[in-house]
Amino acid sequence: MKYRSVFDIIGPVMVGPSSSHTAGAARIGLMAGKLFGRTPRTAHITFYGSFADTYRGHGTDVAIVGGIMGFDTFDLRIPQALDIAREKGIEVIFETSDLLTDHPNTARVLLEDELGTFEIVGISIGGGTIEITELNGFPLKLTGGGPALVVLHHDRFGAIAAVTGVLANHQLNIGHMEVSRHEKGMQALMAIEIDETIPAEVIAELERLPQIERIAIFGE
Amino acid sequence: MFKSVEELVTIATERNIPISEVMIEQEMHVRRASREDIIGMMDRNLEVMEEAVERALQGVTSVTGLTGNDAVLMQDYIRSGKSLAGDLILDAVSKAIGTNEVNAAMGRICATPTAGSAGVVPGTLFAVKDRLEMDRDAMIRYLFTSGAFGFVVANNASISGAAGGCQAEVGSATGMAAAAIVEAAGGTPDQSATAFAIALKNMLGLVCDPVAGLVEVPCVKRNAMGGANAIVAADMALAGITSRIPCDEVISAMHEVGQMMPTALKETAKGGLANTPTARRLERNIFGAKEDAKQ
Repeated sequence: MKYRSVFDIIGPVMVGPSSSHTAGAARIGLMAGKLFGRTPRTAHITFYGSFADTYRGHGTDVAIVGGIMGFDTFDLRIPQALDIAREKGIEVIFETSDLLTDHPNTARVLLEDELGTFEIVGISIGGGTIEITELNGFPLKLTGGGPALVVLHHDRFGAIAAVTGVLANHQLNIGHMEVSRHEKGMQALMAIEIDETIPAEVIAELERLPQIERIAIFGE
Repeated sequence: MFKSVEELVTIATERNIPISEVMIEQEMHVRRASREDIIGMMDRNLEVMEEAVERALQGVTSVTGLTGNDAVLMQDYIRSGKSLAGDLILDAVSKAIGTNEVNAAMGRICATPTAGSAGVVPGTLFAVKDRLEMDRDAMIRYLFTSGAFGFVVANNASISGAAGGCQAEVGSATGMAAAAIVEAAGGTPDQSATAFAIALKNMLGLVCDPVAGLVEVPCVKRNAMGGANAIVAADMALAGITSRIPCDEVISAMHEVGQMMPTALKETAKGGLANTPTARRLERNIFGAKEDAKQ
């Protein structure tokens, strides 16, 4: 079940004109910004499929950039997001690609500053609901069976046990889980699908764990 | 969780509760939240819908100037007393148009189930609420009933124009509104399913061909007609007319049609109305010469 809540259908409250191309794009941007964790110097955005064909008319460009800066779907600053990004000194580069993707509404966001880069691939599946299919080169194959917790962490012993321990203490059941890393001892990623909504205090507790870099949730 | 309309109707019928109640209880369970919280969340969405219509009835024009002020024109026409279709239907038409005019102006709306189809559900709700003497609680329930049907469509077919064409957006919204009108009018859960089936059957094959890739032409007027269709489909179901093809099979058919539809007709602005000479001229006027190179 890709959609779990009635508010995926009656909602989101958003700035127009398109739930998939505007609100969904803002949410992909939000995920990217949240996981990057700071204001990027450069945002390189590639649109595929329907996104590539109609992004300007749908405000996909302003929405995704707004999202990167932390604007939610209903934020009335979204139409001015490109001007605001310029004021903040963020260089924004848009590119369209003819490459065939699995879903027609696909966007790749690459954020960069002097400390590093972060890349995310998201698809907007309709009504403002999104899925993340790739993170920093880690392919994600979430089932959509529940809200997903994405955790970037240091590849150290005990990191996975610490996170799953917190979830267990709060009686949150894991439906599906993926772990991956590029190089031993470097950055690693956990993607955890939970059966129920994840309370804010659980997120706060997870963020306090020593091995954890950053956390984001989607699919709620 | 209910996975089909059949399951949804069975739960409601066996427990003798309205479809809106099934949706509210499921949401409480999924969110581990109280009834008060869930109702409160929907109440805030309803407020956004009211604000959008209110704004539209003052007159609003989109960023490009392609759409706007038609909601006001329709209200003036209703007041003239010369209308043929009946004031209730035309009020729904006006308010559906209005919501989408605000959407096209990058104003704030509530997606139902999408932004491009955001006019049908609130447009019909604000049109029938006085006739059906709906209080705030009944108006909120209307949105839960709409949501329950949309939930099944989203999980079994699609609510995305890029994936399934306009039938997945305005088509779904029209069915959702028809089902909710039936419940608000005192019909049975089975009659809601029938109204949904009748409404969606008549939207099958509807393509997504937005002029210049904007959610304006023909989206705004498709919402208007969706609103009118929803009211007629609800009346048909309430009259006792049934659908030969069950609701879930209509939803499957919509999904199949969407998959067979060429991408030129799925929100790429490459075919249909988007590819008419006038549409191409409008596109050049709006985006300038740069678009020419792409064609």
